[in-house]
Amino acid sequence: MKATKTIFAAAAGLAMLGAGAANAATEITFWHAMGGGLGETVNTIAKDFNASQSEYKLTPIYKGGYEETMTAGIAAFRAGEAPNIIQIFDAGSATIINAKGAVYPVASLLNENGVPFHAEDYISGVRNFYADSKGDMIGMPFNSSTPVLYYNKDALAKAGVQPPKTWEEFEEIAPKLKKAGYIALSQSHTPWIFSENFHSRHNIPLANDNNGFDGVATKINYNNEHMRMHFSKAREWQQAGLFGYYGSKWGDNQKPFIDQEVAMWLGSSGSFGGLKKSAKFSFGTTNLPYWNSITKGEEYTTFIGGAALFAFSGKEKAQNEGVAKFFQFLTKPETQFFWHKETGYVPITNAAYKLAQETGYYNDEPDAEVGIQQLNQKAAANNKGYRLGYYVQIREVMTREYDQVFAGTKSVDDAFAAIEDGANKLLARFAKTVQ
Amino acid sequence: MKRQQFDSLTLPYLLIAPQLAIIFIFFVWPAAQAVYQSFMLEDPFGLASQFVGFDNFTEVVSNEHYARSALFTAIFSGLVAFLSMAIALLLAVKADGILHGQSAYKIMLTWVYAVAPAVAGMMGVFLFDRSIGPLNHLFNATGWPFNPQLDVFDASVTVILVSVWKQISVNFIYFLAGLQSIPRAVREAALIDCRNGFRRFWTVTLPLLAPTGFFVLVINITYAFFETFGVIDTMTRGAPGGGTATLVYKVYQDGFLGADIGGSSAQSVILMILVLGLTIVQFRVLEKRIHY
Repeated sequence: MKATKTIFAAAAGLAMLGAGAANAATEITFWHAMGGGLGETVNTIAKDFNASQSEYKLTPIYKGGYEETMTAGIAAFRAGEAPNIIQIFDAGSATIINAKGAVYPVASLLNENGVPFHAEDYISGVRNFYADSKGDMIGMPFNSSTPVLYYNKDALAKAGVQPPKTWEEFEEIAPKLKKAGYIALSQSHTPWIFSENFHSRHNIPLANDNNGFDGVATKINYNNEHMRMHFSKAREWQQAGLFGYYGSKWGDNQKPFIDQEVAMWLGSSGSFGGLKKSAKFSFGTTNLPYWNSITKGEEYTTFIGGAALFAFSGKEKAQNEGVAKFFQFLTKPETQFFWHKETGYVPITNAAYKLAQETGYYNDEPDAEVGIQQLNQKAAANNKGYRLGYYVQIREVMTREYDQVFAGTKSVDDAFAAIEDGANKLLARFAKTVQ
Repeated sequence: MKRQQFDSLTLPYLLIAPQLAIIFIFFVWPAAQAVYQSFMLEDPFGLASQFVGFDNFTEVVSNEHYARSALFTAIFSGLVAFLSMAIALLLAVKADGILHGQSAYKIMLTWVYAVAPAVAGMMGVFLFDRSIGPLNHLFNATGWPFNPQLDVFDASVTVILVSVWKQISVNFIYFLAGLQSIPRAVREAALIDCRNGFRRFWTVTLPLLAPTGFFVLVINITYAFFETFGVIDTMTRGAPGGGTATLVYKVYQDGFLGADIGGSSAQSVILMILVLGLTIVQFRVLEKRIHY
């Protein structure tokens, strides 16, 4: 209910601001999925944008979770009532990017509305994720995050160990943490952290057709030896009391870390802000571990997660100009730095990252830099992203199977065979809708 | 008896037009849309659409997880309807027999009716929470390694308990009203003829309660099929392992979250046929055995 209240407060605030400006201000609507404290930060940015000029009036509206927001946007588009801007999460990017004609690509939108656009301004990790195969950006990266490892400093000190860089190191320290009275690890999103980013971190192809960037992918690569090895290990760790799997919900897996039952937790770099408020102990942040045995010493970057902003097509020119102006405002180093500081999401432009470094922010909060450092690690063929249709359902299939692996009711091999089969069927179905 | 007759032919139609319009706009038209969409395959944004015949249906039916979901729905609905009716009947019979403070019991047993399914689900979330849930702790204290986050059986127990709890009050109201409409003379006559309370209930009260019971059964099956959505969405979201996803929840997952309109329309058409069939069976077979 807090979110609703905030929206009302923000709407009231906007109305008052708008009253001073002329009635002629062009209205722009922005549907987003940022609840709670994140939503308040979005409202602050919108308020600042509205105060910075008088031609356009941006109204942010919270539409629920990522899936709900996407569904609301699709329904609104079909009814001819689409908002100007919509926030779409990573797993939904194939859905909206393949809907040619529904979206006004952000690169063209900016260039055609008097805002110069240079792809090189953006950090390399975000440049490609929401771009087409030619590298033209379709969506404007907004809340960008990546999975990182949080560790309870007291717990690690008690066990006399250092945070692990690799999974091999994890196997060494986990029994010591157990001896000190902790479950060594939990993680909050098996498809995102243990599957998608597992492929990026080890530079393993995730699907055919260049991970779906060069065409409509029809073959998933999850059923590979490395994944099977990793999940067999995770299941062994779980049985040995080194890894806790608390179902498929994000919060259920984070809570044991906050309650200090679990010593290390894999979450999002965007969890940093919230964790600072809820954790009653000092914690540190480090990169997502990888298997040295797979990468042979190389350390590859992870995918950028989170969500991007897409502009719907078919809007009046004046509104599109407003959207372009808002995107320009949003990507200003000052705005990005504010967003980064408030939420823990990474800054998306090189200039904003530089600003954050220059202000000495990372000297006070070294943990806040981990996400962006990880995203600037070595990039290769399979790190720029993935674009797979019906991916929301594919994640659902994965969650279903992983639940069964960790409940001990299905073998790792059977689970991955089922994921491959289920995902390929969904991909084939999506391919039919596109052609 | 004199037959009432309208003078003009148009007036009766005009009078029922508002009702027909409501039925058409809110029931017939959406149902027709679902049937139409179930034969089409289109991208989420509706930019391109093609006729695919029965493809959506064959894909749904051949899906192994759909079969599991159908089995779960059958067991879940059967248990929810049976348990909530049985408990409500017991409570109604007991409340009916109370002479003093009957209304206090009635109010306490019926107020739950005002709780929305999603709110009931949230209460379930807290009650069964791993670290703060009292029921979770209670079950674990009895030696049952209760873990609804991972165990399908345990998760099913939680959603069934909450769904039953939520429905008992509605059934209670109907059963109590049904009991109170049984003529006093009949009850007193039975009291003289038979001293065994249980037999009296079985041979006199229950048959007289049958029309109410039949109505309650129909609404309970509908409740278990459709309205438990809120409970499932707030408590388990179909997890763990998709083990608590009812057919209705799958329609929502595939259509609303996954943006596959054709596939989820096919699922809703199957559901529509299923519920229609179930209702026909109920009315044809069961109603014949009931005497109003």
